[in-house]
Amino acid sequence: MLEIRQLHKSYPIGDSSLHVLKGIDLSVEKGEMVAIMGSSGSGKSTLLNIIGMLDEADEGEYILDELPIKNLTEKKAAVYRNKFLGFIFQSFNLINYKSALENVALPLYYQGMKRKERLELAMFHLEKVGLADWAKHLPKELSGGQKQRVAIARALAADPKLLLADEPTGALDTKTSHEIMDFIQHLNDEGKTILMVTHEEDIAAMCKRNVRLRDGVIIEDVKVEQVRAKLYV
Amino acid sequence: MFKFLLEKDTWQEVFDSLSKNKLRSILTMVGVWWGILLLIGLLGSARGLENSFNVLFGDFATNSVFVWGQSTGKPFKGFQEGREVKLSLSDAKKIEENVEGIEFVLPRNQRSATVTKNFLSGSFQMAGDYPLLDKLQKKKLIHGRFINQNDIDDNKKIVVISEDAYKQLYEKDAEAIGTYLIINDINFKVVGMFDSGNVNMGPSTDMHIPFTTYQQIYNQGDRIGWMMITGKPEYDIKQIEEDSKLLLKNLNNIHPEDKRAFGSFNLGKEFSKMTGFLTGMQFLTWFVGIATLIAGVFAIGNILLITVKERTKEIGVRRALGATPFEIKRQIVVEAVFLTLVAGLFGIISGGLILILLDYLFGQGADAALVNASVSIGVVFTALLILVVLGTLIGLIPATKATSIKPIEALREE
Ligand SMILES: Nc1ncnc2c1ncn2[C@@H]1O[C@H](COP(=O)(O)OP(=O)(O)O)[C@@H](O)[C@H]1O
Ligand SMILES: [Mg+2]
Repeated sequence: MLEIRQLHKSYPIGDSSLHVLKGIDLSVEKGEMVAIMGSSGSGKSTLLNIIGMLDEADEGEYILDELPIKNLTEKKAAVYRNKFLGFIFQSFNLINYKSALENVALPLYYQGMKRKERLELAMFHLEKVGLADWAKHLPKELSGGQKQRVAIARALAADPKLLLADEPTGALDTKTSHEIMDFIQHLNDEGKTILMVTHEEDIAAMCKRNVRLRDGVIIEDVKVEQVRAKLYV
Repeated sequence: MFKFLLEKDTWQEVFDSLSKNKLRSILTMVGVWWGILLLIGLLGSARGLENSFNVLFGDFATNSVFVWGQSTGKPFKGFQEGREVKLSLSDAKKIEENVEGIEFVLPRNQRSATVTKNFLSGSFQMAGDYPLLDKLQKKKLIHGRFINQNDIDDNKKIVVISEDAYKQLYEKDAEAIGTYLIINDINFKVVGMFDSGNVNMGPSTDMHIPFTTYQQIYNQGDRIGWMMITGKPEYDIKQIEEDSKLLLKNLNNIHPEDKRAFGSFNLGKEFSKMTGFLTGMQFLTWFVGIATLIAGVFAIGNILLITVKERTKEIGVRRALGATPFEIKRQIVVEAVFLTLVAGLFGIISGGLILILLDYLFGQGADAALVNASVSIGVVFTALLILVVLGTLIGLIPATKATSIKPIEALREE
């Protein structure tokens, strides 16, 4: 599904440069649920952004579903993101003047789907996250947990191969975090491949595999016994 | 390429983003709205002024000069100084034939006359005229007709009177056409009446009779009181005046440098002062209007640029969700064009309303200051076209800015 070999990334800082990723090797199979862990500043987001084609590596190979990702034009990257990837952000990143339904429908708009179809499909996904009754509401009228559910519905709308989440529970309280994790686990049960960045051990424990970063390299990569979030809800 | 413009979704996106940021959108439009309003309002008023001048003076009269004989100021070829100069029909004919750029030469005779109708009478200026006068002076006929060629050929005893004269000579609401007036003891049939409200050039005349009739009754022979010389539009009337006077001096044995022999009043010269003023005003209008417009469009670009910064996160999200740079650019340009166009349309509508108001205030009646103050549909379309072009160009600036930021930077959490 996903194959990364000897990935390097540095950021220029003034005259020198900050070597953030120093040779990452990672391969993820279809249906996995991986937590990328590490302390703050260890390069978790950087790695996820490269996987999400929002950023580009300096060196190394990245193959997504047999497709080498290299020297993409902005346009190609946009098309791939739309087709293959779903994003979930820590701060939700909903468009504040669009209703929940319209937010969910947005990736489908960029896919060129007809308005009627796309609103129907968006509604289906909103129902799945239990927010059908909130379809017409603006993000500011929703709670944090609800916003993240809308964001999840949006990430799923275009039926991506890979779901990328950067600290999806980072802005939520423990109870809501567990609700969201319950959702994500269900998605994984249904076969969705999920890559998640977190620095919280209990959240990582709810994934099936933990990859730990330190000083730009992977220091640990283990399969774990998944803790079901349901137990805490 | 432009198929997207026909898609409802494009407009839905634009409408959503503009209508949900109403205040911003409205502020953005003020500049362009004001520019167009100014342009339409000023151009329309300038046109109204010009029209009112044209109504006052008639089309041909604007390039005319009046010439009459006085008395010589220099002795010449054995003639004494102070000799009376009389113009004749043949002088008029020679000018018409020999001076370059002549459109018409219109001879006229004029005297005052006592006019009686039953028990009412008055003293009026009466002139012997050709049908052409109507064309040159734009007589506004209220009833009947002006002198025609038939009247000239048959020395008919008919008269065209002014409304003022009618008021003095007739009972209220009495029918004038077909009745008879006694002018200096001779019966004339009234065939027409014209509006005296017009400010006409030259001495005002209340009675017009056929030129030939006048000639016959007053034993005028070939002599004429004065003539009105009209130049073709592309010729300079000052030159025509000089050429004509020189020719007249030649024909009448007058010293070429004699300044007293002929009197003249050059309407064209006076008129060009006014049209010069008008042209200046129109030029100024275009200048002010377009400058304001450009400033307005720049304001739109500027505000969009600011909002692009505000919307950096949104744009980053859209790109993460699969919007290509082109789609982002396109949306911002369409927003810019849409704002410019809507602002422009509002400007045109409010400019039009102002012109209607001006017309209501200053455009009523025969001697209105503004006549048909309006702008042509061509000007409106040109303005709209300019707006679309400027809107597109200016929209490209924030659009480029929006896509120059990498999605990763746009999305970075603070
Ligand atoms: N665009 C950038 N320019 C310079 N430094 C950056 C940039 N992005 C991230 N960094 C630095 O790279 C390091 C790793 O960042 P990040 O991947 O966001 O860490 P994490 O998500 O694990 O907290 C941090 O020290 C951060 O300051
Ligand atoms: Mg991070």
